[in-house]
Amino acid sequence: MRRFSWFNTTSLTLGFAFLYLPMILLVVYSFNESRLVTVWAGFSTKWYGELLRDQAFLDAAWVTVKVAVFSSTLATVLGTMAAYVLVRAGRFSGRTLFSGMIYAPLVMPEVITGLSLLLLFIGLNIDRGVFTIVLAHTTFAMCYVSVVVSSRLTSFDRSLEEAALDLGCSAFEAFRLVTLPIIAPAVISGWLLAFTLSLDDLVIASFTTGPSATTLPIKIFSAVRLGVSPQINALSTLMIAVVTVGVVAASIITKRAAVSQARDEQAAIRAE
Amino acid sequence: MRRFVLIAVPYLWLLALFLVPFLIVLKISLSDVALARPPYMPQLDLTQGLDGLLTFFSDLDFENFVFLSTDSLYWQAYLSSLQIAVVSTLLTLCVGYPIAYGMARAPREWRPTLLMLVILPFWTSFLIRVYSWMGILSTEGVLNQVLLFLGVIDTPLQIMNTKTAVYIGIVYTYLPFMILPIYSALEKLDESLLEAAEDLGCSRMEAFWLITWPLSRNGIIAGCFLVFIPAIGEFVIPSLLGGSDTLMIGKVLWEEFFSNRDWPVASAVAVILLLILIIPIVLFQRNEQKQREAEG
Repeated sequence: MRRFSWFNTTSLTLGFAFLYLPMILLVVYSFNESRLVTVWAGFSTKWYGELLRDQAFLDAAWVTVKVAVFSSTLATVLGTMAAYVLVRAGRFSGRTLFSGMIYAPLVMPEVITGLSLLLLFIGLNIDRGVFTIVLAHTTFAMCYVSVVVSSRLTSFDRSLEEAALDLGCSAFEAFRLVTLPIIAPAVISGWLLAFTLSLDDLVIASFTTGPSATTLPIKIFSAVRLGVSPQINALSTLMIAVVTVGVVAASIITKRAAVSQARDEQAAIRAE
Repeated sequence: MRRFVLIAVPYLWLLALFLVPFLIVLKISLSDVALARPPYMPQLDLTQGLDGLLTFFSDLDFENFVFLSTDSLYWQAYLSSLQIAVVSTLLTLCVGYPIAYGMARAPREWRPTLLMLVILPFWTSFLIRVYSWMGILSTEGVLNQVLLFLGVIDTPLQIMNTKTAVYIGIVYTYLPFMILPIYSALEKLDESLLEAAEDLGCSRMEAFWLITWPLSRNGIIAGCFLVFIPAIGEFVIPSLLGGSDTLMIGKVLWEEFFSNRDWPVASAVAVILLLILIIPIVLFQRNEQKQREAEG
């Protein structure tokens, strides 16, 4: 039985304090009565009320969610296709370029991605707004999705797919009935990743949006440039709460799915 | 046919929305500023056929790059981005290594929880995590209040709007990228090696430097690249936590584009930033490749 040594306990305590204290302080000060964020003047939820009455914030939140849902869904479809091509399609001309284009956006600085897409949209004379942000977010998020999904595709047993084909499935049926259920956890986490990336993105959205669409990060950024504001603290607290609940719920669900899958596999082995 | 569609859809998408836009940046970086919309010259006019193409190419030049190399602002911005990225990568390593080490040495049943605690901030908005330091580091911020209260300092420290604040911001936001690869390297470490070293008379410190550190090297290298590469082009952190004198190239590009409306220069800045990034990216790929070969 292992225990924590004092050195490890200290480094973990200090490390997690460093990771979490700033966010805890942010949450605490969102309940501060005073507008001066640094002076504690008593408990109050008035900033939340003010936030929910602020139409500009509500509009921005709606735009953000719309963009995130569309772009992450599109990115999941395209990213899964790309992963399938990378892992299964074998050789085709231009494969190196293809895999290069999948990996390059992952390391490309956001300012460059944003700038290049904006120049494209201007060149094509496309009106900038929700549509162009969706295109931009889909493009960089599909690369993340395809990395997540392809790592799952590489690790899975191809003989299952071959068995389905031998038993008379068409290639598409084999994909739908065998491959997709197996890679589903990776596809779901890819979608979640794409969703949060889109929700989070300031730089690319700032470049590719027009006057008609302001996302939440753009709104937050322009507000906090002037300094700390209790309203932004309240908004941040809400966002942290949503993410925490989401991540914890997702991890519980995947844990359960893993347990039940292990049980099924055990049962299958015993049945043999 | 079906295979063709499967390949063509994501391929064309990436060509149209990744490669072509990048070629446009390259092209505009070789163009001249014009007071029109779009504000650059020359424009490709395909209706004139081959002649149009020829005049188009003959009008492109490296003027913007010459301009960048003569203006010390850009030199300083590139150098200071590199310096900030190097320093903050090393700082992140110093902060992250003990945490990864503590996690890998924690009781087995604790590890998934600790891992989730490291990943959770990564899912939280980057912008919010940077913003959370504004309330801590400002002159009337929490940190100064605590230090004043404890009597450690008499006058508030000016941390906000300095390079120090940028370092703190980068270390804080990129810490998970450093911890995770080091943790996965340390977790695989065979502990009987350490026991053997101690049996053979190594002190614990020696055993760490002779065994643990070299065996976690791949994780350290991966973590450093994962912090260093995005840190160079960082925009949000220097513009929220850094001052007007904290030059970083991401911020310069943003200002060239949005404030000065000089698209050709902004594009040239982007091209050079990418050239700088190619070296660490190639090195990182090689390291990953080596690791995969060693494992596979």
